[in-house]
Amino acid sequence: MGRYILRRLMWTVVVVIIVTLITFVIFYVLPSGDPALRFAGKEPTAQVLAQVRTDLGLNHSVAVEYLLYLKRLFLGDRYGWPGLGFSYSSGAAIAPQLWQRAQITIQLVLGAAVLWMLIGIPVGVYSALRPRSRFDRASLFVGLVFISTPVFWLGLLMLWLFSSTLGWLQGTGYVAFTTDPVQWAAHMLMPWITLSLAFAAIYARIVRSNMLDTLGEDYIRTARAKGLPERRIVTRHALRASLVPIVTLLAVDIATLVGGTVIVETVFNLQGLGSWVLYGALNQDLPVTLAVTLVATVAVCLLSLVADILYAYMDPRVRPE
Amino acid sequence: MSPPLLEIDDLTVHFPSAAGPVRAVDGLSLSLERGQTLGVVGESGSGKTVTFLAAMRLLERSRPEIHGRILLDGVDVLTLPAREMREIRGPRIGMIFQDPLSALHPLLRVGDQIAETVRAHRDVGRRDAWAQSVAALAQVGIPNADERARQYPHQLSGGMRQRVMIAMALILEPDLLIADAPTTALDTTVEAQILGIIDDLRTRLGIGVVLVSHSLATVADVADTVAVMYAGRAVERGPCQAVFAHPSHPYTWGLLDTVPALGAERSRLVPIPGSPPSLIDPPPGCRFAPRCAYRFDACTRHLPELVERGGGHADACVLPVPGRGARRNRLEPPGEEAAA
Ligand SMILES: Nc1ncnc2c1ncn2[C@@H]1O[C@H](COP(=O)(O)OP(=O)(O)OP(=O)(O)O)[C@@H](O)[C@H]1O
Ligand SMILES: [Mg+2]
Repeated sequence: MGRYILRRLMWTVVVVIIVTLITFVIFYVLPSGDPALRFAGKEPTAQVLAQVRTDLGLNHSVAVEYLLYLKRLFLGDRYGWPGLGFSYSSGAAIAPQLWQRAQITIQLVLGAAVLWMLIGIPVGVYSALRPRSRFDRASLFVGLVFISTPVFWLGLLMLWLFSSTLGWLQGTGYVAFTTDPVQWAAHMLMPWITLSLAFAAIYARIVRSNMLDTLGEDYIRTARAKGLPERRIVTRHALRASLVPIVTLLAVDIATLVGGTVIVETVFNLQGLGSWVLYGALNQDLPVTLAVTLVATVAVCLLSLVADILYAYMDPRVRPE
Repeated sequence: MSPPLLEIDDLTVHFPSAAGPVRAVDGLSLSLERGQTLGVVGESGSGKTVTFLAAMRLLERSRPEIHGRILLDGVDVLTLPAREMREIRGPRIGMIFQDPLSALHPLLRVGDQIAETVRAHRDVGRRDAWAQSVAALAQVGIPNADERARQYPHQLSGGMRQRVMIAMALILEPDLLIADAPTTALDTTVEAQILGIIDDLRTRLGIGVVLVSHSLATVADVADTVAVMYAGRAVERGPCQAVFAHPSHPYTWGLLDTVPALGAERSRLVPIPGSPPSLIDPPPGCRFAPRCAYRFDACTRHLPELVERGGGHADACVLPVPGRGARRNRLEPPGEEAAA
């Protein structure tokens, strides 16, 4: 087990190298012009431009720049380890801001994940226990509405309804949990709901179909044949088997959202990773883009590792002997 | 006289389908005394599994139309409320299935699967239930039961898994064990072991056993009585000896012809020509008539009922007795043949 985890972590390093390389290449190949020009002021002299290039670390060829980036990344730079450099546009160090924004995004994503599991699993189970019932059909319909509603529109609708019109919830922005737990929840609730509704609908459908398959299995018939109470058959026997494949899915979805909550963060004015990567891309701020890409990549690798370990924990058949 | 342990009386199980009702079981009657083994034999699709799932009331999800009576100690299980039925499954009837790998939960330790059966019906603690579970595994001949109880189904061999199923079905000491083709997925050596264990436990616990099988040979050594099923009906039933010695229904003759006998020429292995009839739209008259080499007009005109021919031996065939006798001369019970 230990060796397996070690090997997977080494692969994570390889994936990080590949993904950052691709980001680098895209940045340089894209016909967006010379970033140095943006930061050198109006009509810069050749000397100023050269100075800016040196400051931003753009005075070498792509290959050399990339190798220098890797070297700083793995060995650290003047801001510490890992060396993520500074933002081209603000000049501030990346690392502190990255941690701060990552915290917000992680709270957003994990909260939403908890919410969509809390909605999706019971709805899916209940639909499977009464397939084609009124509840089943209603949940399918509502789910389709959530899946097909654009997230930004849903977010704006929620703001209009709960914040502007009803005044029940706070509007946009972020309040740290340590500052005021109630305000924290009041600010996070709408982003959580907005982000989770479509996922809740998808998970409900997946849980429903897994449950239906499982309920038809021979071992469920055995559980009934030995006179177990229906509750126990559903929870311990059927649900358990139905949730095993969900683990992998959940890990992938959470990991994808680490760099992919742009819309919700923008609508609710949360200074997380999603809004930052958008900023980085729009402003040719390579270190920002790279930093978020890096976190997202590591998240995908680590979470899929966690999912595999959990999978083995839940299903003895894939456990290494 | 006390009622039989299990009595199935004119049972009908029809599944709804787009093309009309599927008559999986159609007027079946059987009975089994305490302490005895009833062998139920028939081709695939003859309604064996459906019959006993109906007795366990495990068909309800398919919404079949069920008529007739299934009496356990004189009580009709078909009319019991669901809660009382749950108290029958496990404590009164234990059931084991054809494929023990798919019948056991893949994610739960076998010891836990047995222990939870105990805890669902008796007020015992976790440790106590586990100890009982280990003891039950030892009782069905599993070595190192302690260790095996902690394993998962995929870590056991086919024979071991079926032993686990038997231990699980009998842990609550039911009066009746229904073994639905328990050895189909096993090789012949293991088959003999499993049948031996079941028969052993029957004598030791005094339970009634229903042993379902495709072949008469499987049930020959252990059954006290035999019922031969065809297309949802019993076509012959009686004491095991009598059915083997004097099989009286042409379908039973056919089944016996498919028994490979020791020292017999290969040409004796004659499969019954043709295939079972449609259960949605069965042929008029005797269901077996279209495949029967001895049929005549009367066979297709009316559906024969089981008729007692003496000694508890009954058949559902309109064939005149001389024809039956002529055929009988060609047949000897497989046991005697092997000895010859
Ligand atoms: N839930 C169901 N819905 C519709 N038809 C069914 C259902 N269950 C069984 N049948 C049909 O009932 C008939 C009898 O099936 P059953 O499983 O009892 O046969 P069997 O004698 O046990 O056969 P085998 O030896 O293959 O196990 C089959 O034709 C089958 O297709
Ligand atoms: Mg069957």
